[in-house]
Amino acid sequence: MSSGNYVELLQQAGPETLVSVAALAVLFVDLGVMRSEPARNRRLIAAAVSAFGCLAALLWTFNMPLPHAVAPGLLVVDPLTQLVKQVLLVLTLFTAAISLDAAFTDHVGEYFSLLLLATVGMMFLVSSDDILMVFVSLELTSLSLYILTAFNKRNPRSAEAALKYFLFGGMAAAFTLFGLSLLYGLSGTTSLAGISAGLRGKGLDPLLAVALVMTVIGFGFKIAAVPFHLWAPDTYQGAPIPVAALIASGSKVASFFIFAKVMMVGFAGVEGSGSWGALVPGWVPVLAVMAVFSMLLGNLGAIAQSSVRRLLAYSAIAHGGYMLLGLLAAGHAPTRHQGIAAVVYYAATYGLTTVGAFGVVAAVGGAGERDGLRDFAGLSRRAPALSLCLLVFMLSLAGIPPLAGFFGKFYVFTAAAGAQPAHLGLLWLVIFAIAMSAVSLYYYLQVLKQVYVAAADADAQPVKASLSDQIALSLLALAVLLLGALPQPLLLERLEAAARLVAP
Amino acid sequence: MLAWTIYLSFFGVALLMLLPGLSARGARVLALLTASGGLLVALAGAVQHSHGPFPVTVARVPWIQALGIDYHLAVDGISLTLLVLNGLAAVAGILFSWNIEVRTREFFAFYLALIGGVYGVFLSFDLFLLFAFYEVAIIPKYFLIAIWGSTRKEYGAMKLALYSFVGSAMVLVGLIAAYVAAGSHGFDLNQMSQFVFPESFQFWAFPVVFVGFAILAGLWPFHTWAPTGHVAAPTAASMLLAGVVMKLGAYGALRVAMTLFPAGLRAWQGSIAVLAVIGIVYGAMVALVQKDFKFVIGYSSVSHMGFVLLGLMTLEVTGLSGAVLQMFSHGIIAGLLFGVVGRMVYDRTHTRELSELEPMSLGQALPFAGVTFVIAAVASMGLPGFSGFVAELSVLIGAWKAFPPLALCGGLGIVVGVAYLLRALQRAFFADHPPSPASAHPLEPISVPERIGAMLLIGVSLLIGLYPRLLLDLIVPSWQSPLFAQLRREAGL
Repeated sequence: MSSGNYVELLQQAGPETLVSVAALAVLFVDLGVMRSEPARNRRLIAAAVSAFGCLAALLWTFNMPLPHAVAPGLLVVDPLTQLVKQVLLVLTLFTAAISLDAAFTDHVGEYFSLLLLATVGMMFLVSSDDILMVFVSLELTSLSLYILTAFNKRNPRSAEAALKYFLFGGMAAAFTLFGLSLLYGLSGTTSLAGISAGLRGKGLDPLLAVALVMTVIGFGFKIAAVPFHLWAPDTYQGAPIPVAALIASGSKVASFFIFAKVMMVGFAGVEGSGSWGALVPGWVPVLAVMAVFSMLLGNLGAIAQSSVRRLLAYSAIAHGGYMLLGLLAAGHAPTRHQGIAAVVYYAATYGLTTVGAFGVVAAVGGAGERDGLRDFAGLSRRAPALSLCLLVFMLSLAGIPPLAGFFGKFYVFTAAAGAQPAHLGLLWLVIFAIAMSAVSLYYYLQVLKQVYVAAADADAQPVKASLSDQIALSLLALAVLLLGALPQPLLLERLEAAARLVAP
Repeated sequence: MLAWTIYLSFFGVALLMLLPGLSARGARVLALLTASGGLLVALAGAVQHSHGPFPVTVARVPWIQALGIDYHLAVDGISLTLLVLNGLAAVAGILFSWNIEVRTREFFAFYLALIGGVYGVFLSFDLFLLFAFYEVAIIPKYFLIAIWGSTRKEYGAMKLALYSFVGSAMVLVGLIAAYVAAGSHGFDLNQMSQFVFPESFQFWAFPVVFVGFAILAGLWPFHTWAPTGHVAAPTAASMLLAGVVMKLGAYGALRVAMTLFPAGLRAWQGSIAVLAVIGIVYGAMVALVQKDFKFVIGYSSVSHMGFVLLGLMTLEVTGLSGAVLQMFSHGIIAGLLFGVVGRMVYDRTHTRELSELEPMSLGQALPFAGVTFVIAAVASMGLPGFSGFVAELSVLIGAWKAFPPLALCGGLGIVVGVAYLLRALQRAFFADHPPSPASAHPLEPISVPERIGAMLLIGVSLLIGLYPRLLLDLIVPSWQSPLFAQLRREAGL
């Protein structure tokens, strides 16, 4: 690589650089200048610096010449990765906004700095075109998130959650590394394109099957797919709420995207088939089984929950299952671009919705982080605006039009159904998914029933959402509504075009 | 212009939600104005488009090009009929819920959202759009019942929401499969109705989509949401449930399942007709033994909706037109019956047990309610001169041509219908009891909005009963539209 390329590399990796600089700046400002200020001001300044960094990075992504291959085989920057990074930056912005009231820690600088570093990891993850890059970015994200999960030192649950997350995550990372090293051994290269070229025509030999299973286990953990989901409910419940929001949104978007890329590019040619009654070994049937169990366990598990955060965790597992359907579609020639576009659309809108839902939970729970279903009783009369936002988020998660969750599901399902158009091979999965989403309405309505129908307990605390929360949550609710009602001009136009470039 | 029925309703919802300072009275007036505006627009549209040729496009804008989805609103005579029905039911429902004092603003916001969703379904000619509006209508029903209902309201509300959602899940499966099978070009109804789906595909897709919709139409044995839902709902919501929402199911079954999959329809025609007749007879029989006044009406709805489904299965112009006419007629009459039971009687006596109503001799205490119920009952029995007579007669004539034994059984349902209505009428209003001390409390007199609402519904039922051509001239030509080309071919119309 000549020296001229470094300038270019810096330019292409500009957004990541800007966010990294912001992460350092937050630390510097908070520890150096704001040390003795009141906590509220420290959070305000730190959040402002973080937001500034994210916005600058966003601007950069919009003004970059595209498409461009940087450091070929290592990082790739194309319209699709740009789009996903923009989604990630927006999600981080909102996470920072709902962190403004997070009074759980005095280490303000470290908190925001780690938030940004996790985002940097996710952004690199999205751009990775090489299994080494994939692993390094994955670790950067994960390590930041482990620490963030443990950040509430006053709550023993937080430490427990972090330990669980870390132990499961460490194990998953080992599996990933093992799988990726086998891939390297089989193909003699670390770049994804090289791997697919090296493996072409070999079919699914036993070693490749092992590599496939190991890789799937690693990513399955990141996206909390059954049976690698066990950490999710405890982590979502124990982690500080904004952190749980980031794990459920940004981390999921990035992981799904890279998961799709590794499967589509790295394991091209060993898709197999997931048709009902005609399974052919490959990654499609493996993911199909994971999707089925995620939807089943996620939805049934959520019914039994009395903590809203755990409910959201199980619902996240179920939504992971729906998203896997889009990934399956991306493995079939007729729906390659629709599948990847559907995964990105679903993950992005799901991320926005879930950050919003966690934001409401944080505002309702107050300093005690109460999140029992009963704590939401009568909310519509205590805080009408907040309730309306929660109504939008919950109904979007349940898939009610005209909200984004509805179109997301519809888009994913049509993609999966169209994957084998001749004999509707994957229709059985779509039928299962639709049946499960009918189940899901029940538990989302349980939450809304508390909010709108039940009377408030006599000792219910008044709910006062701060101005920043109200603005952020209203914006999120509006975004969920608009992305659902007008998906074409707002997102699909660019998304489809970008997906066509990657997956013609 | 007809698109304004939708926009007006949702505009009303937005106003009600965004004006937190609005008084209960202001909310009522605003809702009434919005609903009346919707009714006027629907009526004007019905006049404007009555000459066809159907279908007439109302609005068409590309919406989600990625999947070939258009924002496409259009009407034929069938949807025009139901749009007018929805407008009437909406206005009458508001008049009958003038006494809602608890969270009035929210009540009417949910109410108008439901109305708007229903208008949307009746206007959509893009299947994605139709499905979206169909789902929009589910959630307000839940809240209307769960918050303002009575008698196991949360159970009834959840049951209704889940039944509806399961039904719409079945519809969604059929829609997505049909979209892919037709080559993934889009969801336009006009185009899809011309596509000939393979027979093996239609054989499974038809029952899935038909039953998915018909759950909401009270198809036996999937009707169990209806009595509990109707009983739990507040008056205005049960008027809408019976008056409009059940029609949503029947309309969807006709508009989507029967239009797209006529070969599948042919295969399942007999079985569904049998289920419809079981619904007619079973609903009437069960209504005969109810102790709760509102359950009588709830089961009678199942019975009368059986006529709609039977009419649809005749595949013959008289029967089909009768089915659509019955949708309209039952919407008006069931609205009236629920209005009397829920608003005029229950809100004053606070009981619906027939045995407790007997000693109150309501015929004397509330003469207006008594007379209204007599009229509604004879209209529901199918007395000539009221809309129910024309509608059910047409259905039976059609059914006689298609399956004579079933037509006979259906006729039996009418006879039982007379029995349960007379029984309820006698026990609730004209019991031969000495006045008991409980009736010493004078009941609040029937208010003006109630009187207007009752007159409106009675007037419409009489008008259609005496001059059914008003609607039949809209409905009958609709069967000739290109939309039903495949259905005509299959049924030999």
